[in-house]
Amino acid sequence: MELILSLGIGVLTGSGVWLLLRPRTFQVIVGLSLLSYAVNLFIFSTGGLRTGAPPILEGGRAGTLAMHADPVPQALVLTAIVIGFATTALFLVVLLASRGLTGTDHVDGKEKGR
Amino acid sequence: MTGWMDHLTIAPIVLPLLTGAVMMLIDERQRTLKAVIGMASALGLLGLAVLALAVADAGTAEVRVYRLGNWPANFGIVLVLDRFAALMLVLTGILGVAALTFSLPRWQKAGAHFHPLFQFQLMGLNGAFLTGDLFNLFVFFEIMLAASYGLALHGSGLARVRAGLHYVAINLSASLLFLIGVSMIYGVSGTLNMADLADRVAGLAAEDRGLLEAGAAILGLAFLIKAGMWPLGFWLPNTYSTLNSASAAIVSILSKVGIYAVLRLWLLVFGDGAGASGGFGGTVLLVGGLLTVGFGSIAVLATQSMARLAGACVLVSSGTLLAAIGAGQVSVTGGALFYMTSSVLAVAGFFLVIELVERGRGVGADVLAVTREAFGEGDDEDADDGGAGVAIPATMAILGIGFMSSALLLAGLPPLSGFLAKFAILSPLLAAGPEVAVTTWILLAALVLSGLATVVAMTRVGIDAFWASPAAEVPRVRVAEIAPVLLLLSLNLALTIQAGPAMRYMEDTARSLHAPQDYNGAVLSGLRAAAPGAGGTR
Repeated sequence: MELILSLGIGVLTGSGVWLLLRPRTFQVIVGLSLLSYAVNLFIFSTGGLRTGAPPILEGGRAGTLAMHADPVPQALVLTAIVIGFATTALFLVVLLASRGLTGTDHVDGKEKGR
Repeated sequence: MTGWMDHLTIAPIVLPLLTGAVMMLIDERQRTLKAVIGMASALGLLGLAVLALAVADAGTAEVRVYRLGNWPANFGIVLVLDRFAALMLVLTGILGVAALTFSLPRWQKAGAHFHPLFQFQLMGLNGAFLTGDLFNLFVFFEIMLAASYGLALHGSGLARVRAGLHYVAINLSASLLFLIGVSMIYGVSGTLNMADLADRVAGLAAEDRGLLEAGAAILGLAFLIKAGMWPLGFWLPNTYSTLNSASAAIVSILSKVGIYAVLRLWLLVFGDGAGASGGFGGTVLLVGGLLTVGFGSIAVLATQSMARLAGACVLVSSGTLLAAIGAGQVSVTGGALFYMTSSVLAVAGFFLVIELVERGRGVGADVLAVTREAFGEGDDEDADDGGAGVAIPATMAILGIGFMSSALLLAGLPPLSGFLAKFAILSPLLAAGPEVAVTTWILLAALVLSGLATVVAMTRVGIDAFWASPAAEVPRVRVAEIAPVLLLLSLNLALTIQAGPAMRYMEDTARSLHAPQDYNGAVLSGLRAAAPGAGGTR
């Protein structure tokens, strides 16, 4: 499971970084989205990977992390998803405004060599 | 201590949040009402900040901890008010009032939702300064940034959208780095509370130390992008020069938020109590700061337009601060804080002066005219004819004084506080011992040369603007626009005259930053005695 998760994060990060460095705004925003998926998975994994552990406290047992999944990374990842989604949506608006004003989808607002 | 005073710590966050939320409900055409509410909130924030400063400096309870939901520190979220946070709150409050006043005659009409965005900007800034928790720092950073995206694009136009696109993309990437850093730190140490983290660093196993340091370095990268350290700061002059000046005045403190976070976390986590990790990254800050000063000086000399010049000055001041922090001495940090106060006020004032001066040259004016046309503001004419547009007497003279004082402040020449600040950084470095290190000499040279570069560039631009303009048309400046400039400059003058008490405060702040036992003790009080295992050990 560790191997699959790390490979998944790695592939997402690699593709994200590559797309982020491309000159088209659409590629940049897809790259940012992929990167944020990678980061979200990464945050999730810092709580330790385990299966079958109850997510919240059970009656009659002391709450230690030996028995439960760590709730903090889950809370963090939820917040990070919401914030990432909102800021990416905002970026989309800027991207569309730029396309409308400049007439090109190049990140610098003008085609190379023109 | 009354019950109300306990809530002083959270008030600078709640007030702009509520104000901004209420403003969203008010129709966009009710501009006067929004302006009145916004101004009341900004003034209230300044009042709260001054009160917070007085409380933090009272000596009895230097560090005030506000536990949300009254959970102990490492389960719940805490807000912490100490001298450093209070100083930043006051700076934010001053800039808020100045920038909002400046925006009233003109910029508030250049687009939609200026006032709510402005309030959320203040909320994000105040929250970032008050929080005692890494993840909350992230949340407030995002609030601050989201509002700054809106303010950066306020007024629209091609140049703004083009620079805004880069600004948003870079800051989104920086936020991802921030998240990676925070989660790595959590994975290793099992805590997100800054004081708790500082407590645990020394006891970390040797094999985990590398991971923690890597996480801290990635986190630091996110802060240094904000601060504009070379080579992470190429976006900064570009973005700042396209901002409308009312937004620029408030957004210019964003680079200092990066500095704030570095200073706070670095001294807390990698201070003397950190065991083997003590002083991690100090050299990077010092060298990076020096390179930033160098790059900023070249940028200062190379720019033609005033707005870019101001952006380059932000780089120089960031570099100076980083290098001074990297020196890692208590008295130097005190000087750096004084420098920061002086330069924040000076840069904001300079951004405001620039627009007024440029207006006479008709460069910024046509951009403004286009944007106003695009938004089809019908009620602009009556505002213009309402008598407020009378050019105040001796406009050019006042603007000239404003420009010259900004130049003196930014270049660090006597008699104003910029000089005192540079002196306060350099004198303890030279007095440190009989042997003065090579880096100290380099820092000395960098500070002096960057001052020289600023003087040269400012003189050139100033001659061009005030003496050599072909069409010497006196800009139409309103009282509400010149007043914030004069406010910021007179505050700097006050800082010069009252340098003694101000420096005493900065030195106390620096001392408590370098010896964070009080901070840790206050945040974690009642926790260390708790049962073992309750701390979420992993």
